[in-house]
Amino acid sequence: MIAPFAARFKHWKRDRRALWVGYAMIAVALAVLPFLVDNTLGRTWVRVIDFALIYAMLALGLNIVVGFAGLLDLGYIAFYAVGAYTWALLASPQFGLHLPFWLILPIGFVAAGFFGVLLGAPTLRLRGDYLAIVTLGFGEIVRIFLNNLDHPVNITNGPIGINLIDPVMIGGVSLTKTHEILGIEFSGTHIYYYLLLLLVMATIFVCVRLEDSRLGRAWIAIREDETAAQAMGINTRNVKLLAFAMGASFGGIAGGLFSSFQGFVSPESFILLESIMVLCMVVLGGMGHVAGVVLGTFLLAVLPEVLRHGASPVQQQLFGKVILDPESLRMMLFGLALILVMLLRPSGLWPSPIRRREFADAKADS
Amino acid sequence: MDIFLQQVLNGLVLGSVYALVALGYTMVYGILGLINFAHGEVVMIGAMVALTVMNALLGAAVGLPPSLVLALATATAIAVCMALAFSIERVAYRPLRRAPRLAPLITAIGMSILLQNLAMMIWGRQYRTFPSVIPVTPHSIGGASITDVQIVIIVVSAAIMAGLLLLVQYTRLGRAMRATAENPTVAGLMGVNINRIISATFVIGAALAAVAGVLVAANYSIAHYSMGFMLGLKAFTAAVLGGIGNLAGAMLGGLLLGLIESIGAGYISDVSGGFFGSHYQDVFAFLVLVLVLVFRPTGIMGERVAERA
Amino acid sequence: MDRGYRDSVWRLGATAAAMLMAVLLAACGQQEDQAATGGDTASSLERVVKIGHAGPLTGPIAHLGKDNENGVRLAIDEANAGGTVIGGEKIKFEMISEDDEGKESKSTVVAQIIVDAKVAGVIGHLNSGTTIPASKIYHDAGLPQISPSATNVNYTNQGFKTAFRVMANDAQQGKVLGDYAVKNLGAKTIAVIDDRSSYGKGLADEFEAAAKAAGAKIVTREFTDVTKTDFTAILTRIKGMNPNLVFYGGMDSQSGPMMKQIKNLGLKATFLTGDGGQTAQFLTLAGPEGEGAYASSPGVPLDQMPGGQAFTDRYTKTFKQPIQLYAPYAYDSMNTMIAAMKAAGSVDPKVYLPQLAAIQYQGVTGNIAFDEKGDIKGGSISLYKVENGKWKYLETKGGG
Repeated sequence: MIAPFAARFKHWKRDRRALWVGYAMIAVALAVLPFLVDNTLGRTWVRVIDFALIYAMLALGLNIVVGFAGLLDLGYIAFYAVGAYTWALLASPQFGLHLPFWLILPIGFVAAGFFGVLLGAPTLRLRGDYLAIVTLGFGEIVRIFLNNLDHPVNITNGPIGINLIDPVMIGGVSLTKTHEILGIEFSGTHIYYYLLLLLVMATIFVCVRLEDSRLGRAWIAIREDETAAQAMGINTRNVKLLAFAMGASFGGIAGGLFSSFQGFVSPESFILLESIMVLCMVVLGGMGHVAGVVLGTFLLAVLPEVLRHGASPVQQQLFGKVILDPESLRMMLFGLALILVMLLRPSGLWPSPIRRREFADAKADS
Repeated sequence: MDIFLQQVLNGLVLGSVYALVALGYTMVYGILGLINFAHGEVVMIGAMVALTVMNALLGAAVGLPPSLVLALATATAIAVCMALAFSIERVAYRPLRRAPRLAPLITAIGMSILLQNLAMMIWGRQYRTFPSVIPVTPHSIGGASITDVQIVIIVVSAAIMAGLLLLVQYTRLGRAMRATAENPTVAGLMGVNINRIISATFVIGAALAAVAGVLVAANYSIAHYSMGFMLGLKAFTAAVLGGIGNLAGAMLGGLLLGLIESIGAGYISDVSGGFFGSHYQDVFAFLVLVLVLVFRPTGIMGERVAERA
Repeated sequence: MDRGYRDSVWRLGATAAAMLMAVLLAACGQQEDQAATGGDTASSLERVVKIGHAGPLTGPIAHLGKDNENGVRLAIDEANAGGTVIGGEKIKFEMISEDDEGKESKSTVVAQIIVDAKVAGVIGHLNSGTTIPASKIYHDAGLPQISPSATNVNYTNQGFKTAFRVMANDAQQGKVLGDYAVKNLGAKTIAVIDDRSSYGKGLADEFEAAAKAAGAKIVTREFTDVTKTDFTAILTRIKGMNPNLVFYGGMDSQSGPMMKQIKNLGLKATFLTGDGGQTAQFLTLAGPEGEGAYASSPGVPLDQMPGGQAFTDRYTKTFKQPIQLYAPYAYDSMNTMIAAMKAAGSVDPKVYLPQLAAIQYQGVTGNIAFDEKGDIKGGSISLYKVENGKWKYLETKGGG
């Protein structure tokens, strides 16, 4: 009964039209997702998905640096901070500036990219773990400066942060307000979902195309063996700088959107743990594999909410009180995940086909 | 002048601790080429274990003399930390010795997060008071004041470092360690049990970390689950500053970093005309790290080229 | 276009479709649930009015978050037991309490949960860092918000007509502290330290301005941070300037050890700090060296409150535990909101908001009335000193 059907299905699947059916299904699913989630789980979850999309952009950016080029960056959140503060300073009452988003986003993109090069340039000669430490230090320096640039001249408001940041405005219409289009009510959270989705799709597209490009292959060559890559005529300096700059720019855009979505930024959002969390997303999903990274991001971005709604009530039931609060539980799971993934599945939950082969080869060698 | 002397003293105390912890980083890096991110957490565990033992002993009111209580607590802390470091190496690093270089570094970060949160579960989120068994009455030296604990810190650190240098230079184990650091494969062929040497390195480093933890906690009379992370980073910076893989370098780097931080925080505001203040204290450490790595990756005393990618 | 790619697109699409179906099914199930429970609420004659509460229910200051929650719960229980009637309808209040973990990034998520739950008003959050970002979401939803304990000036400086607080803010506290340092403690030269947190910086800034205005000289401004335990470098620097008084804007985890180091370095200056240091934890961490330290705290101590004793009795009887800190303020916040609803004869936020802004309510902590920004009028600040290892109440400034 089933076998002939399956065979015909398999045949049909090869058809080009099947691909479009597949695309259409994805598109419809993504389009109605916020409404479904809103009506079933509540609007909170739409917000959670919005944050997950922001993290997806961050993780994809970090994936360029860590996954493609193999440069371990532990200060990646600094670029996110640069993007967020660029937006906050240029579109808030802080300096009375209210630039439009199509101007700020490119500025944030360039500013973060510039910081990427700024970090990249002096560290080009460093390898592996030294790089990790220097980037970590860089991330902390950026945060310390943001926290302290209120004295003696006030730029960032220091620890108090910047408030009342403008949302994305299109034609004088704020995207955080509720609007009615064609009789359907779109709340700000929904509109941001589509905006972020669009940007994440664009990021994914860029990443996928990059991976297959001359540049992407150069990155992978550097990741595998820098000396050999250099011998093959790759200008390792420029190619590494490009990895830093591109990764950073994506972080910058994500930061800008975070800033506008949240309406408030302060240095507290850019601590080292955030860098580690983004790294966790990349590592868990599969370094160097775009789809894997997106998967890792969604798992880890939704996890705290699941723990909040799941773990605490369960503990309450079992022990009569919450022994492990969701936050420390989440951190412990992060730590464990990093260790276990590296020990048991070093190429991640959903590794790229190429990487999987490499790790298999490495095993066969040893 | 007495203020400057005081800042130098502050720096020496701070630096002695950095040096003790830096030794652990430098030994492991020298042999494995691995930054043991979890080393700072070992320091924290040392402090916490000692705190628990002391509270138990003092609470039980057996009437032991305070110095004995402290000695017992330190001994327990050393034992626990040694066991901990031994298992960390076994579980998180050894299986990955042949893996791509990023792998052990990522497990090290994971281990650090895991240990911090475990410690938070066991000892709580609150700052804990470390019983002050050494009297903290300050003495005056040329207008600068120093407490007994601080004198103990400087003396104990110096003694331990001297002991370690002797161990590495003149014992069989020390020779084996140096051989492994030079070339593990050849050392293995010469009959050195590499695995045993690596374990020994981790365990010795952990013992130093435990002592450092007790000293830090005693000095500030305070212990906290997050106390190890920043200390670890600073100590690593000290190790890099002195020349990673070089024991004497780690000590020198530790002391220097302590002095830089202390004098920096004390005088930067005057030097920069008030533009920079003491809030940039942590920036100094990272700045030193970046500058050393960029301009002299071998550090002050290192001769080995840091090219182990 | 290779086959592997086509396959994975297909697989992704199929997964997405399957997940959609699953969510749809879940939705149907949930709607049936709601239909089933719908009958219950309709059968009773009372109208259920939801009130949101948010604070850190997990994490390092969970005990304070729970304390606030209890304060709100007590007010609600009493209102329900007393049979509150608003606009001719019998009202049953219900609390939706959410955990913001004391984190700003979580606070907006939690605020959205509360708005989604269609509450009539919000009591919270506990910290300034969480209250400020969340206040925008409540404001956009038109929900009145009363914070029992957020003291940062910026909370009510945003121009939100929906934001109120029942505790004196940092500016009021900083001003009282600055005046006190100069006038009562006789300080002429002062060193100011802050911990680079939004609370510590805010308080230290206000203190500095007030002390200057009162005629003292600020010899230096130093900084530390919330992860530090070593302050010797900055304290030595301060020692070189020999001030009469050291002011610290920050929490007990730092001020405790700082006090110890001040004594050990032989720095002879009076130590003064804000409410972050006026805690039992400060006494434990500073040990015997804490003797002689001064600190302030917004409001008045429980035993000085007009309804303090009675409230303490009711609280301890209901929850079988002592009051931690801000419960009376949370209790007053809730009662103030109910009073505004009664005055307006409506639980509709739009209708009772103007009444709330103009309220005159005699609460447990004192008289509650708001100025045009939403700050409490004439908020009081109390001063304390460590004597014999305990905080001794000295006096209360301001208030009415």
